[in-house]
Amino acid sequence: MDALDLARWQFGVTTVYHFLFVPLTIGLGVFVAAMQTAWHRTGKDHYLTLTRFFGKLFLINFAMGVVTGLVQEFQFGMNWSEYSTFVGDVFGAPLAMEALLAFFLESTFLGLWIFGWDRLPKRVHLACLWAAVIGSNVSAYFILAANAWMKHPVGYEVVDGRARMTDLWAVLTNSTALAQVPHVVGAAFVVAGGFVLAVAGYRLLRERGSDEQARRSPMWRTALRGALVMTAIAGVVVTASGDLSARLLHEQQPMKLAAAEGLRHDTAGAAFSIVPGVEVPGMLSLLTTHDPNAVVQGTDDIQARYEQRFGPADYTPNLPVIYWSFRVMIGFGMATVGLSVLGLWLTRRRRGRGRRRTTAQVVPVWFARACVLALPLPTLAVTAGWLLSEIGRQPWTVQGELLTAASVSPGVGLTEVAISLAVFTVLYGLLAVAEGALLVRHIKAGPEDRPGQRPERPTPTPAETDPGKARLTPTLMY
Amino acid sequence: MVTFWFIVIAFLWTGYFVLEGFDFGVGALLPLLSRGEAERRQMIGTIGPVWDGNEVWVITAVGAMFAAFPVWYSDLLSGYYLPFFLVVVGLIARGVGLEWRGKVTSRREAALCDAGIVTGSVLTAFLWGAIFGHVVRGTAAATVIGGTLSLSVAVLHGAVFLSLKTAGPVRARARRAALLTAAGAVPLAVLALPAVADTAAAPWTWVAALAATAALAAGVALIGRHREGAAFAATTAFITLATAALFGALWRAPLPGLTVTEAASASYTLTVLTWIGLLALPGVLAYQAWTYWVFRKRLTAAAVS
Repeated sequence: MDALDLARWQFGVTTVYHFLFVPLTIGLGVFVAAMQTAWHRTGKDHYLTLTRFFGKLFLINFAMGVVTGLVQEFQFGMNWSEYSTFVGDVFGAPLAMEALLAFFLESTFLGLWIFGWDRLPKRVHLACLWAAVIGSNVSAYFILAANAWMKHPVGYEVVDGRARMTDLWAVLTNSTALAQVPHVVGAAFVVAGGFVLAVAGYRLLRERGSDEQARRSPMWRTALRGALVMTAIAGVVVTASGDLSARLLHEQQPMKLAAAEGLRHDTAGAAFSIVPGVEVPGMLSLLTTHDPNAVVQGTDDIQARYEQRFGPADYTPNLPVIYWSFRVMIGFGMATVGLSVLGLWLTRRRRGRGRRRTTAQVVPVWFARACVLALPLPTLAVTAGWLLSEIGRQPWTVQGELLTAASVSPGVGLTEVAISLAVFTVLYGLLAVAEGALLVRHIKAGPEDRPGQRPERPTPTPAETDPGKARLTPTLMY
Repeated sequence: MVTFWFIVIAFLWTGYFVLEGFDFGVGALLPLLSRGEAERRQMIGTIGPVWDGNEVWVITAVGAMFAAFPVWYSDLLSGYYLPFFLVVVGLIARGVGLEWRGKVTSRREAALCDAGIVTGSVLTAFLWGAIFGHVVRGTAAATVIGGTLSLSVAVLHGAVFLSLKTAGPVRARARRAALLTAAGAVPLAVLALPAVADTAAAPWTWVAALAATAALAAGVALIGRHREGAAFAATTAFITLATAALFGALWRAPLPGLTVTEAASASYTLTVLTWIGLLALPGVLAYQAWTYWVFRKRLTAAAVS
């Protein structure tokens, strides 16, 4: 174990953790903005209730995305100074653009939205949320353009041991980025859709047989249908862009493709492995080249070719991790999308029109339960996707140009990285528990009734005497 | 072009220190100036809508350093590994505390959020001065003096901001806190700024340092006379001039043994970045200014409780 290993672990831990929150920020933001838009258009109270309720959950999660994102920007320089020196000229530009064009928009207008409910005209207030949400989505584009450059560097030349940008447009329209952006952003909408499904499903189950049921079940149906549509459409986008990515891998990162399939040798008419031992003949060649007889390269043969080209070293990434990540990504991702298609079918007709009183008339009870149980699936799929994508890039930080081993900060010692890794891991663990608890509590409490009025605040007299047990009213800060 | 981008970086850091300076001050003063939950909410409410947008200034400053001066960015962050690690931890504690403050439901949890806000604000405000103090002079004394100066100026700036943005008892307490903090901040500034100014390379940094000290003194006099708006302008001027002096001193060597030219990206990158900056920054300044306009009213404890 040396500083390089720990720096890699730290990058893995902090990045995977960061991306637990980012998809919800991207996708749920759009969902909340859509609900508020519907309220603005129709004036129906239940859209406002949904806006406020999911808006609160969105904000609890948003905080974590922001603070864990800070770590990313600093850690390139802290742990990977050789990498940063080599790539800064090219890689820094999309990062600076992300901050200037996306983060300012996102943070400033979200502040206006949170505190502007009764200070801004309704239309302006809604526009603020859209501006913030657009900021989040634009930021995804820039950071993915930067990430894509690591896997498929374009628009640069190497001068004096540093990459120099020669064509910004080439960097921003990198084929790898153009395939990756819809794939990752689409996946973010699947995650957010799955989250709304789980929350709506849970509320429907919880309110079964209660007084609130008759009043609220149409509202949960709206949320559920909205999430189902969002997930299903996003599922199509993810699948199509995933197919495109596979073809690009064949050209640009053959090692990753071979590792994902466990293909050891160059093979004509290569089979697609579903799980070890179960294969579809010719399918891998068909998927990656649209020709069932084409040759797909294998890891051992690529290793031999890379040794000739780049000199002796181990160019093969961790094969089992990549093989299984690929299957988790596709399996759990498809399961979520399948669930949404099934849900669209089950909820295709309004039942019990006029007097819709029971959960079963909105959606079968078993389906509501399935939605709750499926909550972790899309997040696991996304995490597996990142493991595939980034571990599959090893041993390179910049494919064909810079090795990970040559990217690490030479002056940073084992102790320093160990301290930061340990503290981040513990801190992140605690924050995850806190965020989970906060989300669960607000989901259990359910939406506030009569959201058109500001809730009355009880006088805080008994609260002052017993600080531990006293309850605070959830404040106006949403 | 390299000179221009050095100025842009200095501008971004100045914006950050001015804007998040008062956020840090408000955070640090939270337990000292509030009596009870309503006043704590009142204090946090003054920065609630804007702090996250203010923090993007540092993300942009660091991102722009990465793009325009990759070697400076890499060597600074890896060379000051543990300080920057603590900066990030501080910003996490403060950010989560501020965002979750309105979502928690018990006093105990609210107190935890407050603890995050206070420690995060104090720690980070201290660290910025400590890091840049050490970069300029390279001694332990400069680290401590720099850190103490940046912390005390942030507290002063935040106290003036609070006296400008609140009504009622918090406003009066903030004014007293500003005067008390000034007793520490002014001598520290008089001590530290001449050490920052670089006579040989940039004689104008002396002018900036002197003007900064004058602005600080004016700020203290103005808050003493209840001229809160003018006092806030004066502390803003102090931070701006002091940051200018700092970056003037860094111009010859942003880090010991490194020149800006060695650190910089090639001219193609700097040119495209210039166009993007020119297109984006006016918009950012306009909508951030608009945010302050929307939330221009003084906050009372009654309005937020």
